[in-house]
Amino acid sequence: MLDQIEGYTTEDGRKIGGVVMEMKNITLRFGGVVAIQDISFDVREGEIRAIIGPNGAGKSSMLNVISGFYNPQEGEVWYKGEKRPQMKPYQVAQQGIARTFQNIALFEGMSVLDNVMTGRIRQMKSGLFAQALWKGKAEREEVENRAFVERIIDFLEIQHIRKTPVGRLPYGLKKRVELARALAAEPSILLLDEPMAGMNVEEKEDMSRFVLDVNDEFGTTIVLIEHDMGVVMDLSDRVVVMDYGKKIGDGTPDEVRSNQAVIDAYLGVAHD
Amino acid sequence: MPDQLIFGMEVFLNGLMAGVLYALVALGFVLIYKASGIFNYAQGVMALFAALTLVGIMEGQVPFSHLINAIFGTEIHHFGWHVPALAAILLTMVVMVALAWAVNTLIFKHLVNQEPIILFMATIGLAYFLEGFGDMMWGSDIKTMDVGLPQGINDVIDETTAGWFGYGFFIDNLDIVATVIAAALVFTLIVFAQYTKQGRAMRAVADDHQAALSVGISLNFIWVMVWSLAGFVALVAGIMWGTKSGVQFSLSLIALKALPVLMLGGFTSIPGAIVGGLLIGVGEKLFEFAIGAPYLGGATEIWFAYVLALIFLVFRPQGLFGEKIIERV
Repeated sequence: MLDQIEGYTTEDGRKIGGVVMEMKNITLRFGGVVAIQDISFDVREGEIRAIIGPNGAGKSSMLNVISGFYNPQEGEVWYKGEKRPQMKPYQVAQQGIARTFQNIALFEGMSVLDNVMTGRIRQMKSGLFAQALWKGKAEREEVENRAFVERIIDFLEIQHIRKTPVGRLPYGLKKRVELARALAAEPSILLLDEPMAGMNVEEKEDMSRFVLDVNDEFGTTIVLIEHDMGVVMDLSDRVVVMDYGKKIGDGTPDEVRSNQAVIDAYLGVAHD
Repeated sequence: MPDQLIFGMEVFLNGLMAGVLYALVALGFVLIYKASGIFNYAQGVMALFAALTLVGIMEGQVPFSHLINAIFGTEIHHFGWHVPALAAILLTMVVMVALAWAVNTLIFKHLVNQEPIILFMATIGLAYFLEGFGDMMWGSDIKTMDVGLPQGINDVIDETTAGWFGYGFFIDNLDIVATVIAAALVFTLIVFAQYTKQGRAMRAVADDHQAALSVGISLNFIWVMVWSLAGFVALVAGIMWGTKSGVQFSLSLIALKALPVLMLGGFTSIPGAIVGGLLIGVGEKLFEFAIGAPYLGGATEIWFAYVLALIFLVFRPQGLFGEKIIERV
C-alpha cells in the first residue's frame, strides 16, 4: 500500500508528494439521476492521476465537481489541507485549479497569444489606471506575464500560430492552445477533460508527450479523464475507475488492470 | 467657389457633429452586446434616465416627491440647495452603477443562457420600466440642462470661414465639445479593452462563458462592469443631447437612430459604432441638402438612416467592422 502521508517515489524516479486534494464521499444527483455515488479518492502532489470509465460513468461530472461547475449534494472537497466551501467555478480557478474542456472552450475571436494571456489573469494584480497608463508595476507585470506565456507557447510548440485567431485552427491545435491557456495560470492542479478525444494516433502521441513533459518540467499535478484505457495506463501514476457513478477500482495501472470489476465493466459480463 | 459647395461643406460639418451623438449612443449598445450578447433596447432610456437624474441632483430636487406628497400630504419639492455640476455628474455615475448592479442582479443573472430574443424582450421591459421610474422619481416635465458646456456659434470658425469664402459657417460650440469628448471616450474605451486585465476579461466573457469561468473570471463582475460602462456612456450622451435639446422623453428615441448606426458599423465593433454614427450623421444631412429638400419634398432625415441600413443588410450583414459571420459546416 501507498504511504498515506509522505508520498512515494515512482518507478521512473519521480518524487510524489503528500495529498493535495481529497474528495470525500461525493454524491451528485441531477433530479432522480445519480451521476456520482459516494466516491472518495485523493490526489497527490506531482502525480498524474487518471479517472477512467466507460461512457456515462460520471467522469466528466467528477471533473466538474472538482472545478466547481457542479456542486455535489453530499460529500466534501479538501484542498491543500482545508475543507473547501461551496465555490463558483471562477473562484476555484483563482485558487489555482485550471482545466480544459472535452468540447474545447476557447476564445475563438482572439489570437492564440491573447487566449493564453487570459490564463494569466490570476497573476495580474496591478490597478486599472496603472495598467492603462502602462506604468511601473503594471509594466513589469505585463512583461513578466508575456515572458511566461511565450515560454509556454514555445514549450507546446505553437509559436507558428501565435497571432492566428483561434477560430481558424484545426481541432488538434485548439486542444493544445487550451492546454497552453490552462498552463499559463501556473496551476497547482491541472484538470484535463479527455485531452485525447477525437484525435488521431499521431495527435494522441503528441498530446501524451506534452502531458508527461508538463508534469516533468513544471511539476504540475495533473488529473485527467480518458475512456481510452491504453493511453491512460501509459501516462498515469494512479487510476480511479468509475462505472455507473460508482468507484470500482483505485490504484496503480497494474493493480487496476488486474481488478476483476474493472475488467467486467470494460469488457462486459454475463449476468445470470 | 460656388455657393452650393460652400453650403454643402457646412452641412457636412454639421452632419459630422450630429453623427458624434449617434455614435455615442451606439457605443453604449456595442459595449453591452459585445460582453453579454444582449441587445439593450433600453440604452436610449438609460441616457434619458441619466440626464433626468443629473438635472434632478443639480437642482436639489427631492426624488419621488410626487409620490411622497401624495402619501403623506406634504408639499415638498426641493431640498433648497444646488449641487455643482461636477459633483452632480459623479453622483449620477454612482446612481448609474447602482442601476447596473440592480439590472444584472434582478434581471439578467436569471436569464443566463436564454435565447437572444428573450434577453431582448427583457430589455424592452427594462426600457419601459426605467422610463416610468424616471418620471416617478424626477417628474415628467421638460427640463433644461446646463452643466457649463459652451454653447452657441463658434466665432473663430465663423470668422475664419467668412474670411475664406465670404460666408461664415455656423458650427455650435457644443458640437465641438461633444466631438472632443466622444473621441476621448472612445480612445479610453479602446485602451481599456485592449490593454487592461479587466478589458481582457471583458472580451473573454464576450467570447465564451465557460472558458472565462475556467480562467477565473467572475461573469457577474464583468456584466455589472459593462452595464456600468454603458451607464457612463449613456450619461455622456444624455448630457450632450440634454444640453442641446432639453431633457425630455424624445431623448430616449435617439436609441432607435442607433440601430442603423450599428448595422453600418457592426454590432461588435467600438470603432465601427463611431464610423457608423458619423456616416449616418453626414449621410442624412447631405442627402437632405442635396436631394431630399430640392427633389423629394424634404424630411428625408426621418427615413434615410434606416434605408441605408437596409441596403447594408443586403450586401454586408456584418457591418463595416463587425466580425465576419463564418459558419463551419
